[in-house]
Order: sequence, then C-alpha cells, then structure tokens
Amino acid sequence: MHEMALTEGILRLLEEQATTQRFHHVRTVWLEIGELSTVDPEALRFCFEAIRSGTVAEGAALEIIRTPGQAYCMDCANAVHVGQRYDPCPDCGGDSLQVTGGDEMRVKEVEVE
Amino acid sequence: MSQARLVKIEKDILGYNDAYAAENRKLFADKGILALNLVSSPGSGKTTLLCRTVGDLKSRLAVAVIEGDQQTTFDADRIRATGVPALQVNTGKGCHLDAHMIGHAVGKLGVADDSVLFVENVGNLVCPAGFDLGEAAKVVILSVTEGEDKPLKYPDMFAAAELMILNKVDLLPHLSFDVDRCVRYARKINPAIRLIELSATTGQGLDAWYGWIDEKRQAVLSDRALALETKLAAVRRTLAEGA
Repeated sequence: MHEMALTEGILRLLEEQATTQRFHHVRTVWLEIGELSTVDPEALRFCFEAIRSGTVAEGAALEIIRTPGQAYCMDCANAVHVGQRYDPCPDCGGDSLQVTGGDEMRVKEVEVE
Repeated sequence: MSQARLVKIEKDILGYNDAYAAENRKLFADKGILALNLVSSPGSGKTTLLCRTVGDLKSRLAVAVIEGDQQTTFDADRIRATGVPALQVNTGKGCHLDAHMIGHAVGKLGVADDSVLFVENVGNLVCPAGFDLGEAAKVVILSVTEGEDKPLKYPDMFAAAELMILNKVDLLPHLSFDVDRCVRYARKINPAIRLIELSATTGQGLDAWYGWIDEKRQAVLSDRALALETKLAAVRRTLAEGA
C-alpha cells in the first residue's frame, strides 16, 4: 500500500508550500498522475480522504488529471501512445518500446485561501 | 472572508524521497560504494543468494548488507552469521524501503570505502519499484518456482531493474517453467534488461553474477579514481602556486 506513503508525501509538500507560499487552507489539489505511473488513482483518493483531516488540506477536494502514456517504438521509429507498459506498438505491433512519458506523479496546482 | 487563489506547485510527489536518494547517491560516489537494490517477491531465494554471495566475495572485497523486512531480524542474523556486517531495517506497516531509511542505515552501519553494499528490499514486486534509494542498479530476482508471467503482471519492477536474476534453475527439470517465454515477457517490458540464470544452492551461474558485480564495481571505482585525481591535481596546483 505505497499509496499511503505517497499521500503522506503530498500532504508534506502542501504543508511546506503553506509556509513558503503563505496560505492556511487548501480547497482543491490538482495532481498529475501518468497512466504508466506506479500508483492507482482510486487508492490515492481513498488514502487522501483518510488522512487529510488535521492538515492544511482538511476537507480539500482532490482532482486527478491522467496524463497519457507515451513511448518511442524502436521498430518503426514512431512516438506512440501506450496505456500500459506491456502494450505492443499500436502502429507496427512491435515490442521494443521505450517509455518517454506518462509515468509522472506530480502536485500541479492548488486552490488555497 | 478570505480570498481563494490558485497556486502553481509543479512538484513531484516523490520529491522528498528523491532528494534523500540524491544525497545517498552522492555519498556512495564519494566513498566508491557500489550500492545494489535487490528486489523480488517473498520466497524467491534473495536471502539465500545474498548469504552465498557475501560468503564468496568477502575474501576479496569489502561487503555490507542492509536487510529490509516488515518485522524480525532473521535475515540480518543470517547475513551476520557469514561474518559480514549487516543491519536490519524493519518497515513496520510499510511495504518498501525508502531513501531516508537507507541514509540512516548507512550511517549506522559504517559502510567501508570502495565496498559493495547490498540492500535487500522488502519482498514485494510492487511498491519498491517507485522508491529510488540512491542505488547504482535495481536487481530483480525471480525464481523458477514462480510464474513465468510475473514480468507482465508486475511490469513497473521489471521496467526499473537493470538486471534480472532467474534463481533456482537447478529445479527446472521438475517444473514446467518456460525460461524463453519469461525472458521474452521481461524484454517486452524492458528491452535492455540483462539476464543471469543461476542457482544459489548448487552454485551454477554464480560466476556470471559475480562478473556483473565486478563490472559495475569497475565503473564506480573508475569514477572515484577520476574524482580523486582531479582533487589531487587541484591540491598540487594550490601547493605549487603557494610555494
């Protein structure tokens, strides 16, 4: 259940930012979670709701933006979209794909007061 | 009434871990330590392989081990019985080691310069994939008593690993495990992954594993030699100018 460790990371980041960017309460958090990242968005949402109370994000809404998985196919030399790491190239069916994006887990923006 | 506003953050969720990992990586580079992060599911034979490995290597190089488990010091006890320094890190409810725990463990263990540090992660093919410890490479160990489709079932781990060790190959005659299919699945996830087939029990294939460790160690040591030479040249220059 590393989603809990990740959620603690999010809250730690928000607490730090509350000091540096001078806010006292977070209303909404926007996360960017890539399709190929190692996290399940629903589990993250569950953890966030479980541990947000007593922090700057008490009662805050969580918005998750899914960014698409991107890969470079070494067989047909195209940049392609992949939904999972084991997907073959949608253009040529080849397996030699190098993931180039869509594995990020970032706090993008917050609405604060 | 307070005014709501939008604040750009644009920071990685794992940023706190990655910052500790960068500190560890710098420390390892400064001290010439080759750090390897061994990951697998429980029961793959990681600890047996590690006991055999440190036993075979300790006469020719300095080795140390950090053992990660949720509970007990059984594994560190097994390593220490071989005469090699080992420290157990219990993650409690946690399912993986993180870079902060490793930084502390390295300080406590007092890892020697120019040594090899093996980190045996918690037996889990999911969570440890996402946590950089500052290691030179992740080594994933899969035993042939498991399913050959594990690379596809747990793709993140096989994508993050540089080397896949197929362990317990002495048992292959008794099993229906298809090595070629397993390797094909692993390369589907990670076209560059290296493969070593071995048996920690019979010793078959261990030379290839030790050869791979030596190769990685050479790279770490040549970087350190270069850094020390640069430092030495700077000191000599200062000395010459002052003289």
